[in-house]
Amino acid sequence: MPDHPIKVLIAKPGLDGHDRGAKVLARGLRDEGFEVVYTGLRQTPEMIATAALQEDVDVVGLSILSGAHMTLLPRICKLLRDEGLDDVLITAGGIIPDDDIPALKEAGIAEVFGPGTTIREVADYLRANANPRD
Amino acid sequence: MGEPGPEPAARGRELAEGALAGDRRATARLLTAIENRTPVAEAALRILYPQAGQAHIVGITGPPGSGKSTLVSALIANVREAGRPVAVIAVDPSSPITGGALLGDRVRMQAHAGDRDVFIRSMAARGHAGGLAAATGAAAAVLDACGFDLILIETVGTGQSEVEVAAAADTTVVLEAPEMGDEVQAIKAGLLEVADIVVVNKGDRPGAQRTAAQLRAMLVAIAPRPGDGDERPRPKRPEVLLTTASTSVGVPELLAVLDRHRPTDHDSGSAAARLARAEAQVWAIAGDRVRAQLHDDRHREATEATLRAVADHELDPYAAADRLLGDVQ
Repeated sequence: MPDHPIKVLIAKPGLDGHDRGAKVLARGLRDEGFEVVYTGLRQTPEMIATAALQEDVDVVGLSILSGAHMTLLPRICKLLRDEGLDDVLITAGGIIPDDDIPALKEAGIAEVFGPGTTIREVADYLRANANPRD
Repeated sequence: MGEPGPEPAARGRELAEGALAGDRRATARLLTAIENRTPVAEAALRILYPQAGQAHIVGITGPPGSGKSTLVSALIANVREAGRPVAVIAVDPSSPITGGALLGDRVRMQAHAGDRDVFIRSMAARGHAGGLAAATGAAAAVLDACGFDLILIETVGTGQSEVEVAAAADTTVVLEAPEMGDEVQAIKAGLLEVADIVVVNKGDRPGAQRTAAQLRAMLVAIAPRPGDGDERPRPKRPEVLLTTASTSVGVPELLAVLDRHRPTDHDSGSAAARLARAEAQVWAIAGDRVRAQLHDDRHREATEATLRAVADHELDPYAAADRLLGDVQ
């Protein structure tokens, strides 16, 4: 139902202490009218999957700058699928080389937002592609 | 309004039965339906409400940054040590400008994310004043029916008068940080009057002992004792505790006090609290229903005409309200 805010989980998987980008995005999406759940740093894939399930989010946004994206992101996609959250839109952002993007999309990441992406671009993408809950 | 249609009723039954069987996804979906006030939520609640009423609902409130989320996390750890399941509803404010919200209470609670018997749900207030979301009470009833025997409701950061949590909870904990002010702050009317327990958190900070002593002097010593034959409504007589939530100091003691406050069937105080909660819930739903009916296709035009008449000062607001109430069934 479009009259309810879209709910987004912003999470930072793995051992990466840089959360400025995630916080700026969380704040920016708030200003775009989203309900944003922020879970903080150093999240395991299991923590992220549990939070997505309990919060019943429409979107999971993963911020990762550590280089471990090829290990962590497919694992998160699999856990979400295993929990039955296969209608949740999963996106990623951070430092992710272009060469890795096709494999990530294959694994279940719908879109990868690199440096220089504006908040408005992310917000428009999420509005166009999230499946709202009942 | 009235009965939900056949399709939402079937979906509501499906979600309610799933939630009762321990399917956490069904519980989560149901909480979303409740936040969005859909007919599915109503159908499910009709099934679940009779199953609820067993849980101890604890409200945790206090100023922003006083340590509510950290205290909730420390309470979860202590409750889980005893093997009991626990649910949390954590409310954060919605933007009055964009409707968006940043729900950040989970940051302090993520240590428990792997535990199936801990269910944490963030909730945006969505324009509801008073420190809670409109859906908080119904959400607590769902978690109660699902078998969580302790439900912690964390309010938005509050100031002096957001007392709604006291009606939603069996037991109300008001947090204060050290150096919250002088003794005059402690004798002002409002939030501190509805506290069953006052917790001075950040107990390792300078001034914490002094703050606790001031609160004890002002809240406890001169509060009327229960059972002295005077039946007038009166402020509660809270216990004042000192905690350091970040290291769990004082938290086992708080949990023991909370467990002593667990409502019993033969306790007149908790019966009154439950009646107040029922009243708040039913009035809110009745208000919603009246509004919805006055805006349906049959009434919209007449309703708008009446409102315009008040705006133009052709009709006074009391007569307008009477007229609108006469229009609903």
